[in-house]
Amino acid sequence: MSETQRILILHGGLLVLLFVLQFVLPAYHHGNLARIMVLATYAVGYNILFGYTGLLSLGHALFFAAGMYGMGLTIQHAGFTPAPALLVGLVAGALVSGALALLALRTAGVAFMIVTLMFAQAGYLTILYFGEYTRGDEGFVIQQAQRVLWGIDLSDPTNRYFAAWGLFGICLLISLWLVRAPFGRTLVAIRENEERVRMLGYDTFAHKLTAMVISGTIAAAAGAFYGLLFGYAGASFASVQYSIFPLLWVLLGGAGTVLGPFVGTLFMFYLIDLSSGITTAYMLIAGVVLVALTLFAPQGLTGELRRRVWRWLP
Amino acid sequence: MELGPYILLASLEGSVTAAVLALTAVGLSLVFGVMRVVNIAHGEFFMLGAVIAWYVAHAMGGHPAIGFVAALVLAPLLVGAIAVAADMTILKRIDYDPERTIVATIGLLYIIQQLTLMTYGPEARPVEAPFNQRIALPWFEWGEKGFEFYFPWGLSTTTYKLAVIGAAAVVLCGVWAMMTRTRIGLLMRATQADRDMALAFGIPVERVYALVFGIGAGLAALAAVLIVPIQQAHYLMGADPLLLSFIVVIIGGLGSLPGTVLAAVFIGLSDGIISVFFSPTLAKILATLLVGLVLVFRPQGLFGTRTA
Amino acid sequence: MTKLIKDTTRRGALKTMAGAAAGAATMPLWARFAQAQSSEPIKIGFQQHSTGIGAAYGRWYGRTTEAAVKLINENGGINGRMVEIVAEDDGTDPKRGAEVVEKFATQHNCDVGFGTLFSHVVIGSAPRAGELKLPYFVVSEGHHVASGMLNRYTLQPGITDVKSQVQAMAPYVAENLGKKVTMVFPDFAFGHDHRDFFTAAIEAQGGEVLEHIAIPPAETSFTKYFPKIPRDTEVLYHVMVGPAVLTFVKELGEFFGPSRPEMFGFIDSLEAVAIDSPGLEFLEGTYFWEGMPRHAQGDQSEHDKFYRAAVGVNERGASVSDPTDISTYAHMFGCWETLYVIKAGMEAAGYQGPGDRAALIEAVEAMSDMPESRAHPQGAKVFNGKTHQVFGHQYISRVEGGKLVKVHTTSIEDTFYPDEVDYTTQPL
Repeated sequence: MSETQRILILHGGLLVLLFVLQFVLPAYHHGNLARIMVLATYAVGYNILFGYTGLLSLGHALFFAAGMYGMGLTIQHAGFTPAPALLVGLVAGALVSGALALLALRTAGVAFMIVTLMFAQAGYLTILYFGEYTRGDEGFVIQQAQRVLWGIDLSDPTNRYFAAWGLFGICLLISLWLVRAPFGRTLVAIRENEERVRMLGYDTFAHKLTAMVISGTIAAAAGAFYGLLFGYAGASFASVQYSIFPLLWVLLGGAGTVLGPFVGTLFMFYLIDLSSGITTAYMLIAGVVLVALTLFAPQGLTGELRRRVWRWLP
Repeated sequence: MELGPYILLASLEGSVTAAVLALTAVGLSLVFGVMRVVNIAHGEFFMLGAVIAWYVAHAMGGHPAIGFVAALVLAPLLVGAIAVAADMTILKRIDYDPERTIVATIGLLYIIQQLTLMTYGPEARPVEAPFNQRIALPWFEWGEKGFEFYFPWGLSTTTYKLAVIGAAAVVLCGVWAMMTRTRIGLLMRATQADRDMALAFGIPVERVYALVFGIGAGLAALAAVLIVPIQQAHYLMGADPLLLSFIVVIIGGLGSLPGTVLAAVFIGLSDGIISVFFSPTLAKILATLLVGLVLVFRPQGLFGTRTA
Repeated sequence: MTKLIKDTTRRGALKTMAGAAAGAATMPLWARFAQAQSSEPIKIGFQQHSTGIGAAYGRWYGRTTEAAVKLINENGGINGRMVEIVAEDDGTDPKRGAEVVEKFATQHNCDVGFGTLFSHVVIGSAPRAGELKLPYFVVSEGHHVASGMLNRYTLQPGITDVKSQVQAMAPYVAENLGKKVTMVFPDFAFGHDHRDFFTAAIEAQGGEVLEHIAIPPAETSFTKYFPKIPRDTEVLYHVMVGPAVLTFVKELGEFFGPSRPEMFGFIDSLEAVAIDSPGLEFLEGTYFWEGMPRHAQGDQSEHDKFYRAAVGVNERGASVSDPTDISTYAHMFGCWETLYVIKAGMEAAGYQGPGDRAALIEAVEAMSDMPESRAHPQGAKVFNGKTHQVFGHQYISRVEGGKLVKVHTTSIEDTFYPDEVDYTTQPL
């Protein structure tokens, strides 16, 4: 079996599995998985910039929120229907990530982390500042009647699951295609040694800019869908915590692996959910597990898998 | 309030912020500079310092100054010891890998927060200042009778706030002296400059790392003890100092102690003074953007020499 | 976290089981079977702020809930069935809050959800409760329910909302403290509600707001904003939430020194904080809104006395076992009263199981007068079935000798405002 075949079978298999699962899962886990797929999409976006390009951003909540509010505000105040509102969310994400890239890519390393962090914080405060429209931290509800996309009621569990699956599937495949295309290989090369890539005649700035816009737009898509599927937009999604989450998920799952973001998101979600069933001190368990993982699975879960079993994993 | 007195007041407030920030950030700067790792749990060491201060002050009773002085000694030592233990059991084993350190210290953050919540509780608890008198400050103007002094409404500070600024200055000088005048400072600087070379010269790099991690955490705890009579000890209080000191370290330029201190002053004062001219949230937005833009146009930080 | 109120449930269950066994022996077989089926406990999902910024409130909401459930079970439960509290931590976060509501409905098979305080968690969770048709009883004092933003399955029958609280204060403030007001409030939705509703209400009294000072969230030092307070301010209106509240109030005192204007605050600024903490001496002679007087008053009702003892709170509003552990007395009665509303609603609807959830909603919507009683120790209330919001008395206290002394009680009518929604027109 060729490597390409194996890769297609593995990733296609995951998507088929996720599709089939919706018919067998009990209601609670059915709902959870829909949520996890949207959040994993956010992590997939993050992974393109962090895992493959090597740029550690602490400001992705800004892009997630751009999508969420681009979608939510146009529905709430301009009476948009979901389809154009989602489009506005995506465009908002692309514009914001493009603008921030132009500024932040002048820097690298830790300075890049801080610049993205500061702009995301400013974005968060801006949402509060325009509380008249955004209702600030409290946020606003996107009513059931406003969540009907082409006649499909997205508040229905099956429809929601299917929408989340579709979003995740598309973004996963984009990510898979991207990292196997020459463009993605160049990104990895930039991560490993930017000077050398530049010397070879590549325009590294343009590559990084494109990576950041793709990454930001996928994050925005996740934000827009999250608001639409679960009926709520609020400023807490723009807070620094939501910038750190995708970093954590990607590191746990395995940075620079296509499946890592999903594995990490799934793992973290159930780590909190299950340990909170055992004890009130579930954060303690979560903390200990995180520390243990860094000790025993240094490259994240998928990363370990690649190191020990499937060396061909993209 | 008129503009002049207002700016004076805002600068005073900004200086207190700057003093505490400088202390917290100097600890992080040491860790970041020497060990090259981002310690997400740094804010939790700060919080632990404040919480221990409350316990000590509560246990001592008597005049508030007794408990406060005891806390000033005990909190940094205890927190430093915890940090050294964390370094030896966790960070050393993951070989100070930057990415794994982020995850491990996030884990540490969860553990410390949850343990504090379970033992200390969710309330914000005050620690009484050893002394705290309100001082009304004078202002001058050219009036009918020429140059005259008066006491504008609201223009005041407290003796304790002034003492915090003084104490921070003393501690910072101490740290500077340690780094430049002592053998251990020399070892730290050597390790910072080139780890491999230091190893080759027989410097016990691992022990230096543990020490640096402990001192960094201890300084954060010290800052917290100083601030806790102004703010209160609360189990979530670590988030802000973490972000701010992280920012200060980068703005100041990696590994530059004077840079860190000046950046703290810059951020503290700009936060105070910008708030004079704009509505509060807008002022925060502008102050945040200002910090971002400084780095955009000077990525190595204000006083950094190397590219980061 | 699944937390049974263990000893109560066990003791209460034994009692009920003994009674049921005695009764069952005399019943035909099919009835015995039905009896056994319906003897499953009624499960109330308790969305608790155990971690995050709401933790201080969450702890006391938990204690009040435990006390109320213990009492309800000792008196025979609801429709003869014991009540079981299923507590889940939402981390005071709207995302986790929505997940917890899903968990109640689809994992724990709770009959209802209950107990949320922070507005953003309510608003993030309510859409899911509505979609899952889980009756969702919030104890939040937000205006979100009555504003029409939420849905037919979300109700607030145990605590009044910020709009009615704020507007009921304006007459007293204008008459007794002054007409030129400056407001200091947090720059998020809760603060904006104060800004909008109080400004309108004081203008209706012939007063005016000179300046609105909105403080950014997570701010830890406040003095730099106080010079924006105009010199001719007669009344300073302050409300703040979060861990930095004590700093805020202390710095206000240090700023004004000996020459402060009249001050009127919402006790939210000092919930879970001792009024005699060091640095708060200057609060002497200032006024506070209280949802329920924290310190036992001279004219304390027997219901307040009973409720205080049941929850374990002393006459100064602190835990009887630890006098430094101050309660959130002005809010937590809402949990107690809401549980009694759920009980009354389930009894009126003849509630048997999740199939009767719609009937429960209709039964609560049909409620109106709630007289002061052990079930309603805070005072009499009027429930509006259309807006799903309850209305009740508000209290104004003055700090005298380190004690909050009640100086004014508003009428319930003072808190009314025109309906903004009619949830009963929505399908169930």
